[in-house]
Amino acid sequence: MKAFRIFGKNISESFKGVFRNFSLSLASISCITITLVLVGFSIILSYNVNNFTTEIEKDLTIVVFLDRKIETEEINVLQTRIKTMDNVSNVIYNSKEEVKKEMQKESEVFDSIMSQYTEETNPLQDSFLVKVDDINGIGDVADEIKKLDKVDLVKYGEGSVEELVKIFDIVKKITYIAVAALVLVTVFLVSNTIKITIQSRRREIEIRRLVGASNSFIRRPFFFEGIILGFLGALIPVAACWYGYVYIFNRLHGQLFTAIIPLVKPSNIMHIVVISLLGIGIVVGAFGSYRAVRKYLKI
Amino acid sequence: MQLIELRNVNKRYPNGVTALADIDLEISKGEFVFIIGASGSGKSTLIKLLYRQEKPTYGEVFVGGINVAKLRNGKVYKLRRKLGIVFQDYKLLPKLTVYENVAFALEMYGLKGDEIRKRTIRALEQVGLKDKLRSFPDELAGGEQQRVSIARAIVNNPKVLICDEPTGNLDPDTSMEVMKVIEDINKNLGTTIIMATHDKDIVNRMKKRVIVIDKGLVKKDIQKGRYRNESV
Repeated sequence: MKAFRIFGKNISESFKGVFRNFSLSLASISCITITLVLVGFSIILSYNVNNFTTEIEKDLTIVVFLDRKIETEEINVLQTRIKTMDNVSNVIYNSKEEVKKEMQKESEVFDSIMSQYTEETNPLQDSFLVKVDDINGIGDVADEIKKLDKVDLVKYGEGSVEELVKIFDIVKKITYIAVAALVLVTVFLVSNTIKITIQSRRREIEIRRLVGASNSFIRRPFFFEGIILGFLGALIPVAACWYGYVYIFNRLHGQLFTAIIPLVKPSNIMHIVVISLLGIGIVVGAFGSYRAVRKYLKI
Repeated sequence: MQLIELRNVNKRYPNGVTALADIDLEISKGEFVFIIGASGSGKSTLIKLLYRQEKPTYGEVFVGGINVAKLRNGKVYKLRRKLGIVFQDYKLLPKLTVYENVAFALEMYGLKGDEIRKRTIRALEQVGLKDKLRSFPDELAGGEQQRVSIARAIVNNPKVLICDEPTGNLDPDTSMEVMKVIEDINKNLGTTIIMATHDKDIVNRMKKRVIVIDKGLVKKDIQKGRYRNESV
Protein backbone atom coordinates (compact mmCIF):
# COMPACT_ATOMS: atom_id res chain seq x y z
CA MET A 1 0.00 0.00 0.00
CA LYS A 2 2.79 2.32 1.04
CA ALA A 3 4.81 1.54 -2.07
CA PHE A 4 1.75 2.27 -4.22
CA ARG A 5 1.24 5.63 -2.53
CA ILE A 6 4.89 6.51 -3.08
CA PHE A 7 4.64 5.43 -6.72
CA GLY A 8 1.43 7.41 -7.18
CA LYS A 9 3.17 10.42 -5.68
CA ASN A 10 6.00 9.99 -8.20
CA ILE A 11 3.59 9.90 -11.12
CA SER A 12 1.58 12.90 -10.00
CA GLU A 13 4.82 14.79 -9.36
CA SER A 14 5.98 14.08 -12.90
CA PHE A 15 2.79 15.48 -14.42
CA LYS A 16 3.07 18.51 -12.15
CA GLY A 17 6.67 18.87 -13.28
CA VAL A 18 5.63 18.99 -16.93
CA PHE A 19 2.91 21.57 -16.44
CA ARG A 20 4.39 23.73 -13.67
CA ASN A 21 7.47 24.35 -15.78
CA PHE A 22 5.57 24.41 -19.03
CA SER A 23 7.80 26.83 -20.92
CA LEU A 24 10.82 24.71 -20.14
CA SER A 25 8.93 21.53 -20.99
CA LEU A 26 8.01 23.15 -24.28
CA ALA A 27 11.69 23.76 -25.00
CA SER A 28 12.47 20.08 -24.49
CA ILE A 29 9.41 18.96 -26.46
CA SER A 30 10.19 21.16 -29.45
CA CYS A 31 13.81 20.04 -29.43
CA ILE A 32 12.66 16.42 -29.54
CA THR A 33 10.09 17.27 -32.21
CA ILE A 34 12.53 18.96 -34.59
CA THR A 35 15.19 16.29 -34.40
CA LEU A 36 12.69 13.45 -34.64
CA VAL A 37 11.13 14.91 -37.80
CA LEU A 38 14.58 14.68 -39.37
CA VAL A 39 15.12 11.19 -38.00
CA GLY A 40 11.72 10.09 -39.31
CA PHE A 41 12.31 11.32 -42.84
CA SER A 42 15.81 9.90 -42.91
CA ILE A 43 14.42 6.51 -41.89
CA ILE A 44 11.87 6.70 -44.71
CA LEU A 45 14.56 7.75 -47.16
CA SER A 46 16.88 4.98 -46.12
CA TYR A 47 14.09 2.43 -46.51
CA ASN A 48 13.38 3.64 -50.00
CA VAL A 49 17.01 3.59 -51.05
CA ASN A 50 17.30 0.08 -49.67
CA ASN A 51 14.14 -1.04 -51.34
CA PHE A 52 15.21 0.42 -54.67
CA THR A 53 18.64 -1.16 -54.60
CA THR A 54 17.37 -4.59 -53.58
CA GLU A 55 14.73 -4.45 -56.30
CA ILE A 56 17.41 -3.66 -58.88
CA GLU A 57 19.68 -6.35 -57.55
CA LYS A 58 16.86 -8.87 -57.76
CA ASP A 59 16.48 -8.06 -61.44
CA LEU A 60 20.12 -8.76 -62.24
CA THR A 61 20.24 -11.97 -64.28
CA ILE A 62 22.82 -14.08 -66.04
CA VAL A 63 21.78 -14.91 -69.60
CA VAL A 64 23.23 -18.16 -70.85
CA PHE A 65 23.04 -18.71 -74.64
CA LEU A 66 23.19 -22.34 -75.62
CA ASP A 67 24.91 -24.02 -78.50
CA ARG A 68 22.73 -24.17 -81.65
CA LYS A 69 23.23 -27.90 -81.99
CA ILE A 70 22.09 -28.74 -78.48
CA GLU A 71 19.61 -31.60 -78.02
CA THR A 72 16.52 -31.40 -75.83
CA GLU A 73 17.97 -34.11 -73.55
CA GLU A 74 21.13 -32.11 -73.07
CA ILE A 75 19.17 -28.95 -72.27
CA ASN A 76 17.52 -30.72 -69.34
CA VAL A 77 20.81 -32.07 -68.05
CA LEU A 78 22.44 -28.66 -68.35
CA GLN A 79 19.55 -26.96 -66.57
CA THR A 80 19.78 -29.34 -63.59
CA ARG A 81 23.52 -28.96 -63.58
CA ILE A 82 23.33 -25.14 -63.30
CA LYS A 83 20.51 -25.33 -60.78
CA THR A 84 22.68 -27.36 -58.38
CA MET A 85 25.51 -24.83 -58.47
CA ASP A 86 26.26 -22.79 -55.35
CA ASN A 87 24.53 -19.42 -55.09
CA VAL A 88 22.09 -20.17 -57.93
CA SER A 89 18.50 -19.54 -56.92
CA ASN A 90 16.57 -20.06 -60.13
CA VAL A 91 17.08 -21.19 -63.73
CA ILE A 92 14.47 -20.49 -66.40
CA TYR A 93 14.66 -22.00 -69.84
CA ASN A 94 13.65 -19.91 -72.85
CA SER A 95 13.49 -21.79 -76.13
CA LYS A 96 14.24 -19.80 -79.25
CA GLU A 97 10.64 -20.26 -80.38
CA GLU A 98 9.37 -18.63 -77.20
CA VAL A 99 11.80 -15.76 -77.56
CA LYS A 100 10.66 -15.29 -81.15
CA LYS A 101 7.02 -15.11 -80.08
CA GLU A 102 7.89 -12.70 -77.32
CA MET A 103 9.64 -10.41 -79.78
CA GLN A 104 6.76 -10.55 -82.24
CA LYS A 105 4.42 -9.48 -79.49
CA GLU A 106 6.60 -6.54 -78.62
CA SER A 107 6.29 -4.56 -81.84
CA GLU A 108 4.97 -4.76 -85.40
CA VAL A 109 8.42 -4.23 -86.91
CA PHE A 110 9.78 -7.22 -85.03
CA ASP A 111 6.64 -9.13 -85.92
CA SER A 112 7.10 -8.70 -89.67
CA ILE A 113 10.83 -9.45 -89.55
CA MET A 114 10.58 -12.48 -87.35
CA SER A 115 7.67 -14.00 -89.24
CA GLN A 116 9.98 -14.55 -92.26
CA TYR A 117 11.83 -17.20 -90.27
CA THR A 118 10.57 -20.72 -89.81
CA GLU A 119 11.41 -23.00 -86.94
CA GLU A 120 14.53 -24.23 -88.74
CA THR A 121 15.88 -20.87 -89.86
CA ASN A 122 15.24 -19.04 -86.58
CA PRO A 123 18.46 -17.06 -85.93
CA LEU A 124 17.85 -16.83 -82.21
CA GLN A 125 19.40 -19.12 -79.63
CA ASP A 126 17.94 -21.16 -76.81
CA SER A 127 18.84 -19.59 -73.49
CA PHE A 128 18.71 -19.86 -69.70
CA LEU A 129 17.95 -16.98 -67.37
CA VAL A 130 19.90 -17.60 -64.18
CA LYS A 131 19.24 -15.72 -60.93
CA VAL A 132 21.64 -15.76 -58.00
CA ASP A 133 21.14 -15.40 -54.25
CA ASP A 134 24.13 -13.20 -53.48
CA ILE A 135 24.66 -10.56 -56.10
CA ASN A 136 28.33 -10.19 -55.15
CA GLY A 137 29.01 -13.72 -56.44
CA ILE A 138 27.36 -13.25 -59.82
CA GLY A 139 30.72 -13.12 -61.63
CA ASP A 140 31.88 -16.43 -60.18
CA VAL A 141 28.66 -18.17 -61.17
CA ALA A 142 28.94 -16.78 -64.70
CA ASP A 143 32.55 -18.00 -64.95
CA GLU A 144 31.57 -21.48 -63.83
CA ILE A 145 28.73 -21.67 -66.34
CA LYS A 146 31.12 -20.60 -69.11
CA LYS A 147 33.20 -23.72 -68.47
CA LEU A 148 30.25 -26.04 -69.19
CA ASP A 149 29.85 -27.96 -72.45
CA LYS A 150 27.35 -26.79 -75.05
CA VAL A 151 27.31 -23.28 -73.59
CA ASP A 152 27.89 -20.67 -76.24
CA LEU A 153 27.83 -17.28 -74.51
CA VAL A 154 27.34 -16.03 -70.96
CA LYS A 155 26.29 -12.44 -70.35
CA TYR A 156 25.47 -10.61 -67.10
CA GLY A 157 26.53 -7.04 -67.77
CA GLU A 158 30.10 -7.57 -66.62
CA GLY A 159 31.82 -4.54 -65.14
CA SER A 160 28.74 -2.34 -64.92
CA VAL A 161 27.02 -4.76 -62.53
CA GLU A 162 29.99 -4.86 -60.18
CA GLU A 163 30.17 -1.08 -60.31
CA LEU A 164 26.45 -0.73 -59.62
CA VAL A 165 26.54 -3.13 -56.69
CA LYS A 166 29.51 -1.29 -55.22
CA ILE A 167 27.76 2.08 -55.50
CA PHE A 168 24.57 0.69 -54.00
CA ASP A 169 26.53 -0.69 -51.07
CA ILE A 170 28.04 2.73 -50.43
CA VAL A 171 24.67 4.47 -50.75
CA LYS A 172 23.12 2.01 -48.28
CA LYS A 173 25.92 2.55 -45.82
CA ILE A 174 25.56 6.31 -46.13
CA THR A 175 21.86 6.14 -45.32
CA TYR A 176 22.55 3.95 -42.28
CA ILE A 177 25.21 6.35 -41.06
CA ALA A 178 22.90 9.32 -41.66
CA VAL A 179 20.14 7.75 -39.56
CA ALA A 180 22.59 6.79 -36.79
CA ALA A 181 24.15 10.26 -36.80
CA LEU A 182 20.76 11.93 -36.57
CA VAL A 183 19.76 9.69 -33.67
CA LEU A 184 23.00 10.62 -31.92
CA VAL A 185 22.36 14.32 -32.52
CA THR A 186 18.88 13.84 -31.08
CA VAL A 187 20.27 12.19 -27.97
CA PHE A 188 22.83 14.93 -27.52
CA LEU A 189 20.54 17.89 -28.15
CA VAL A 190 17.66 16.55 -26.09
CA SER A 191 19.75 15.55 -23.10
CA ASN A 192 21.41 18.95 -23.14
CA THR A 193 18.12 20.80 -23.33
CA ILE A 194 16.76 18.74 -20.47
CA LYS A 195 19.92 19.37 -18.49
CA ILE A 196 19.41 23.11 -18.84
CA THR A 197 15.74 22.94 -17.90
CA ILE A 198 16.49 20.84 -14.84
CA GLN A 199 19.11 23.29 -13.69
CA SER A 200 16.31 25.67 -12.78
CA ARG A 201 14.94 23.00 -10.45
CA ARG A 202 18.14 22.22 -8.63
CA ARG A 203 16.89 23.98 -5.50
CA GLU A 204 13.89 21.68 -5.41
CA ILE A 205 16.18 18.65 -5.82
CA GLU A 206 18.58 19.87 -3.13
CA ILE A 207 15.80 20.45 -0.63
CA ARG A 208 14.41 17.01 -1.32
CA ARG A 209 17.82 15.56 -0.52
CA LEU A 210 18.04 17.60 2.67
CA VAL A 211 14.66 16.51 3.98
CA GLY A 212 15.53 12.85 3.50
CA ALA A 213 14.23 11.76 0.11
CA SER A 214 16.17 8.87 -1.38
CA ASN A 215 17.88 9.37 -4.71
CA SER A 216 15.50 7.05 -6.49
CA PHE A 217 12.52 8.89 -5.03
CA ILE A 218 13.94 12.15 -6.39
CA ARG A 219 14.84 10.70 -9.76
CA ARG A 220 11.69 8.76 -10.54
CA PRO A 221 9.43 11.76 -11.28
CA PHE A 222 12.06 13.13 -13.63
CA PHE A 223 12.24 9.77 -15.35
CA PHE A 224 8.48 9.70 -15.91
CA GLU A 225 8.55 13.35 -16.87
CA GLY A 226 11.11 12.46 -19.53
CA ILE A 227 8.81 9.75 -20.83
CA ILE A 228 5.95 12.24 -21.04
CA LEU A 229 8.14 14.82 -22.79
CA GLY A 230 9.53 12.22 -25.20
CA PHE A 231 6.05 10.95 -26.02
CA LEU A 232 4.63 14.43 -26.58
CA GLY A 233 7.69 15.38 -28.61
CA ALA A 234 7.29 12.35 -30.89
CA LEU A 235 3.63 12.99 -31.73
CA ILE A 236 4.19 15.72 -34.32
CA PRO A 237 7.03 13.86 -36.08
CA VAL A 238 4.89 10.71 -36.23
CA ALA A 239 2.02 12.66 -37.77
CA ALA A 240 4.34 14.54 -40.12
CA CYS A 241 6.00 11.37 -41.38
CA TRP A 242 2.75 9.50 -41.70
CA TYR A 243 0.69 12.10 -43.53
CA GLY A 244 3.70 13.53 -45.33
CA TYR A 245 4.79 10.22 -46.78
CA VAL A 246 1.30 9.03 -47.67
CA TYR A 247 0.75 12.35 -49.42
CA ILE A 248 4.02 12.11 -51.37
CA PHE A 249 3.37 8.47 -52.23
CA ASN A 250 -0.09 9.19 -53.61
CA ARG A 251 1.01 12.35 -55.36
CA LEU A 252 3.79 10.52 -57.20
CA HIS A 253 1.63 7.42 -57.81
CA GLY A 254 4.02 5.20 -55.92
CA GLN A 255 7.10 5.87 -57.97
CA LEU A 256 9.81 8.45 -58.15
CA PHE A 257 9.63 9.91 -61.71
CA THR A 258 9.89 6.51 -63.44
CA ALA A 259 8.68 3.00 -62.80
CA ILE A 260 12.30 1.94 -62.29
CA ILE A 261 12.32 3.70 -58.92
CA PRO A 262 9.30 2.42 -57.00
CA LEU A 263 8.51 3.90 -53.59
CA VAL A 264 7.90 1.65 -50.61
CA LYS A 265 4.21 1.36 -49.80
CA PRO A 266 3.40 3.47 -46.70
CA SER A 267 1.62 0.51 -45.10
CA ASN A 268 4.89 -1.46 -45.26
CA ILE A 269 7.03 0.99 -43.31
CA MET A 270 4.77 3.23 -41.26
CA HIS A 271 4.60 0.90 -38.27
CA ILE A 272 8.39 0.79 -38.14
CA VAL A 273 8.68 4.58 -38.43
CA VAL A 274 6.03 5.15 -35.74
CA ILE A 275 7.56 2.64 -33.33
CA SER A 276 11.10 3.93 -33.80
CA LEU A 277 10.13 7.58 -33.41
CA LEU A 278 8.07 6.96 -30.27
CA GLY A 279 10.76 4.63 -28.96
CA ILE A 280 13.60 7.06 -29.58
CA GLY A 281 11.61 9.96 -28.12
CA ILE A 282 10.65 8.12 -24.96
CA VAL A 283 14.02 6.50 -24.32
CA VAL A 284 15.98 9.68 -25.00
CA GLY A 285 13.59 11.77 -22.89
CA ALA A 286 13.56 9.37 -19.96
CA PHE A 287 17.29 8.79 -19.77
CA GLY A 288 18.12 12.40 -20.58
CA SER A 289 16.10 13.52 -17.56
CA TYR A 290 17.30 10.69 -15.39
CA ARG A 291 20.93 11.47 -16.09
CA ALA A 292 20.52 15.22 -15.80
CA VAL A 293 19.35 14.91 -12.19
CA ARG A 294 22.47 13.04 -11.07
CA LYS A 295 24.55 16.19 -10.98
CA TYR A 296 22.37 17.62 -8.23
CA LEU A 297 22.26 14.56 -6.02
CA LYS A 298 25.52 15.37 -4.30
CA ILE A 299 24.34 17.78 -1.63
CA MET B 1 26.82 5.51 23.02
CA GLN B 2 25.70 9.11 22.99
CA LEU B 3 23.27 10.46 20.41
CA ILE B 4 26.10 12.31 18.70
CA GLU B 5 29.74 11.37 18.98
CA LEU B 6 32.74 12.75 17.14
CA ARG B 7 36.02 10.93 17.58
CA ASN B 8 39.34 12.34 16.43
CA VAL B 9 37.68 14.12 13.52
CA ASN B 10 39.84 15.89 10.98
CA LYS B 11 38.67 17.76 7.94
CA ARG B 12 41.03 19.01 5.31
CA TYR B 13 39.60 20.52 2.13
CA PRO B 14 41.11 19.70 -1.27
CA ASN B 15 42.64 23.19 -1.40
CA GLY B 16 44.82 22.30 1.61
CA VAL B 17 42.93 24.23 4.26
CA THR B 18 42.49 22.28 7.47
CA ALA B 19 39.06 23.23 8.77
CA LEU B 20 38.89 20.87 11.75
CA ALA B 21 41.64 19.14 13.69
CA ASP B 22 41.24 16.39 16.28
CA ILE B 23 37.71 17.16 17.32
CA ASP B 24 36.27 14.97 20.07
CA LEU B 25 32.74 15.71 21.08
CA GLU B 26 29.73 14.11 22.68
CA ILE B 27 26.21 15.40 22.72
CA SER B 28 23.46 13.48 24.46
CA LYS B 29 19.76 13.19 23.84
CA GLY B 30 17.68 16.25 24.67
CA GLU B 31 20.59 18.66 24.93
CA PHE B 32 20.61 22.20 23.61
CA VAL B 33 24.05 23.11 22.32
CA PHE B 34 25.41 26.28 20.78
CA ILE B 35 28.40 26.07 18.52
CA ILE B 36 30.10 29.41 18.24
CA GLY B 37 33.21 30.73 16.60
CA ALA B 38 34.44 33.39 14.23
CA SER B 39 34.06 33.13 10.46
CA GLY B 40 36.50 30.53 9.19
CA SER B 41 36.83 28.92 12.61
CA GLY B 42 35.41 25.63 11.30
CA LYS B 43 32.00 25.72 12.95
CA SER B 44 30.15 25.54 9.64
CA THR B 45 32.25 22.56 8.64
CA LEU B 46 31.42 20.89 11.95
CA ILE B 47 27.70 21.42 11.35
CA LYS B 48 27.99 20.15 7.77
CA LEU B 49 29.67 16.96 9.00
CA LEU B 50 26.63 16.21 11.13
CA TYR B 51 24.23 16.05 8.20
CA ARG B 52 26.82 14.72 5.79
CA GLN B 53 27.11 17.69 3.52
CA GLU B 54 30.82 17.07 4.11
CA LYS B 55 32.72 13.93 5.02
CA PRO B 56 35.57 13.95 7.53
CA THR B 57 39.04 13.37 6.09
CA TYR B 58 39.48 10.92 8.91
CA GLY B 59 37.93 10.22 12.28
CA GLU B 60 34.45 9.05 13.08
CA VAL B 61 31.13 10.85 13.27
CA PHE B 62 28.17 9.02 14.79
CA VAL B 63 24.69 10.52 14.65
CA GLY B 64 21.87 8.45 16.10
CA GLY B 65 23.94 5.29 15.70
CA ILE B 66 24.80 5.96 12.04
CA ASN B 67 28.46 6.16 11.09
CA VAL B 68 28.23 9.30 8.99
CA ALA B 69 31.81 9.11 7.75
CA LYS B 70 31.13 5.81 6.03
CA LEU B 71 27.71 6.67 4.65
CA ARG B 72 27.53 6.33 0.87
CA ASN B 73 25.86 9.06 -1.15
CA GLY B 74 22.90 6.81 -1.95
CA LYS B 75 22.24 6.10 1.72
CA VAL B 76 22.43 9.67 3.00
CA TYR B 77 18.65 9.86 3.18
CA LYS B 78 18.68 7.38 6.06
CA LEU B 79 20.59 9.90 8.14
CA ARG B 80 18.58 12.90 6.99
CA ARG B 81 15.33 11.24 8.04
CA LYS B 82 16.55 11.31 11.62
CA LEU B 83 17.42 14.99 11.38
CA GLY B 84 15.75 18.31 10.85
CA ILE B 85 17.89 21.01 9.32
CA VAL B 86 17.32 24.75 9.44
CA PHE B 87 19.35 27.13 7.28
CA GLN B 88 20.13 30.80 7.40
CA ASP B 89 18.45 31.31 4.00
CA TYR B 90 15.37 29.18 4.90
CA LYS B 91 15.52 27.14 1.64
CA LEU B 92 11.80 27.27 1.01
CA LEU B 93 10.30 26.61 -2.41
CA PRO B 94 8.76 29.88 -3.64
CA LYS B 95 6.07 28.26 -5.80
CA LEU B 96 4.66 26.20 -2.94
CA THR B 97 2.42 27.46 -0.16
CA VAL B 98 3.41 27.32 3.49
CA TYR B 99 1.42 24.14 3.93
CA GLU B 100 2.93 22.52 0.83
CA ASN B 101 6.44 23.50 1.85
CA VAL B 102 6.04 21.66 5.14
CA ALA B 103 4.18 18.67 3.70
CA PHE B 104 6.99 18.43 1.14
CA ALA B 105 9.19 16.82 3.80
CA LEU B 106 6.66 13.99 4.31
CA GLU B 107 6.17 13.08 0.65
CA MET B 108 8.63 10.20 0.52
CA TYR B 109 7.21 8.25 3.45
CA GLY B 110 4.14 7.08 1.58
CA LEU B 111 1.77 8.23 4.31
CA LYS B 112 -1.98 8.49 3.90
CA GLY B 113 -3.35 11.89 2.97
CA ASP B 114 -5.04 12.62 6.31
CA GLU B 115 -1.92 11.52 8.22
CA ILE B 116 0.15 14.03 6.21
CA ARG B 117 -2.42 16.75 6.89
CA LYS B 118 -2.49 16.01 10.63
CA ARG B 119 1.27 16.09 11.01
CA THR B 120 1.78 19.15 8.82
CA ILE B 121 -0.80 21.15 10.74
CA ARG B 122 0.65 20.01 14.07
CA ALA B 123 4.12 21.19 13.01
CA LEU B 124 2.80 24.55 11.85
CA GLU B 125 0.91 24.92 15.12
CA GLN B 126 4.14 24.29 17.00
CA VAL B 127 5.78 27.27 15.28
CA GLY B 128 2.65 29.44 15.54
CA LEU B 129 1.80 29.70 11.85
CA LYS B 130 -1.45 27.79 11.68
CA ASP B 131 -3.24 30.78 10.19
CA LYS B 132 -0.81 31.20 7.27
CA LEU B 133 -1.31 27.82 5.59
CA ARG B 134 -2.18 29.20 2.18
CA SER B 135 0.37 32.02 2.06
CA PHE B 136 3.38 31.83 -0.20
CA PRO B 137 6.84 32.33 1.32
CA ASP B 138 7.40 35.75 -0.27
CA GLU B 139 4.21 37.03 1.40
CA LEU B 140 5.71 36.36 4.82
CA ALA B 141 8.19 38.28 6.97
CA GLY B 142 11.68 36.84 7.46
CA GLY B 143 10.95 35.46 10.91
CA GLU B 144 7.81 33.77 9.65
CA GLN B 145 9.67 32.22 6.74
CA GLN B 146 12.23 30.85 9.15
CA ARG B 147 9.44 29.42 11.27
CA VAL B 148 8.03 27.67 8.20
CA SER B 149 11.43 26.11 7.62
CA ILE B 150 11.55 25.03 11.28
CA ALA B 151 8.12 23.45 10.89
CA ARG B 152 9.41 21.59 7.84
CA ALA B 153 12.44 20.45 9.83
CA ILE B 154 10.39 19.01 12.70
CA VAL B 155 7.45 17.58 10.77
CA ASN B 156 9.09 14.14 10.59
CA ASN B 157 9.72 14.08 14.37
CA PRO B 158 13.52 14.16 14.14
CA LYS B 159 15.79 13.25 17.02
CA VAL B 160 18.09 16.14 16.27
CA LEU B 161 17.41 19.63 14.98
CA ILE B 162 20.47 21.15 13.34
CA CYS B 163 20.35 24.90 12.91
CA ASP B 164 22.99 26.66 10.85
CA GLU B 165 22.85 30.38 11.73
CA PRO B 166 19.03 30.38 11.80
CA THR B 167 18.85 34.00 12.96
CA GLY B 168 21.59 35.32 10.70
CA ASN B 169 19.17 37.25 8.49
CA LEU B 170 16.81 38.43 11.23
CA ASP B 171 16.62 41.49 13.49
CA PRO B 172 17.10 40.99 17.26
CA ASP B 173 13.39 40.91 18.19
CA THR B 174 12.50 38.45 15.46
CA SER B 175 15.56 36.42 16.38
CA MET B 176 14.29 36.04 19.91
CA GLU B 177 10.87 34.93 18.62
CA VAL B 178 12.53 32.25 16.52
CA MET B 179 14.71 31.22 19.47
CA LYS B 180 11.58 30.87 21.59
CA VAL B 181 10.16 28.50 19.00
CA ILE B 182 13.35 26.45 18.95
CA GLU B 183 13.53 26.35 22.74
CA ASP B 184 9.92 25.15 22.90
CA ILE B 185 10.72 22.34 20.52
CA ASN B 186 13.61 21.33 22.77
CA LYS B 187 11.43 21.45 25.89
CA ASN B 188 8.14 20.07 24.60
CA LEU B 189 9.31 17.50 22.09
CA GLY B 190 12.63 16.60 23.69
CA THR B 191 14.42 17.21 20.41
CA THR B 192 18.16 17.67 20.65
CA ILE B 193 19.17 21.07 19.31
CA ILE B 194 22.54 21.90 17.79
CA MET B 195 22.84 25.46 16.67
CA ALA B 196 25.69 27.35 15.08
CA THR B 197 25.43 31.07 15.60
CA HIS B 198 27.19 34.42 15.67
CA ASP B 199 24.62 36.08 17.87
CA LYS B 200 26.09 36.97 21.26
CA ASP B 201 22.77 38.14 22.71
CA ILE B 202 21.07 34.88 22.05
CA VAL B 203 23.84 32.79 23.53
CA ASN B 204 24.06 34.95 26.63
CA ARG B 205 20.34 34.95 27.23
CA MET B 206 19.70 31.27 26.71
CA LYS B 207 22.40 29.96 29.07
CA LYS B 208 22.89 26.63 27.38
CA ARG B 209 25.91 24.51 26.68
CA VAL B 210 28.38 26.39 24.48
CA ILE B 211 31.09 24.84 22.36
CA VAL B 212 33.66 27.34 21.13
CA ILE B 213 35.49 26.43 17.95
CA ASP B 214 38.64 28.29 17.09
CA LYS B 215 41.11 27.53 14.30
CA GLY B 216 39.60 24.10 13.85
CA LEU B 217 39.89 23.10 17.51
CA VAL B 218 37.42 22.88 20.37
CA LYS B 219 38.68 25.77 22.46
CA LYS B 220 36.04 25.62 25.18
CA ASP B 221 33.08 23.46 26.06
CA ILE B 222 31.07 25.02 28.88
CA GLN B 223 27.70 24.25 30.41
CA LYS B 224 25.48 27.33 30.75
CA GLY B 225 28.10 29.27 28.87
CA ARG B 226 28.32 32.83 27.79
CA TYR B 227 29.64 34.33 24.61
CA ARG B 228 32.59 36.37 25.77
CA ASN B 229 34.73 38.40 23.48
CA GLU B 230 37.91 36.65 24.47
CA SER B 231 36.44 33.30 23.56
CA VAL B 232 35.98 34.17 19.93
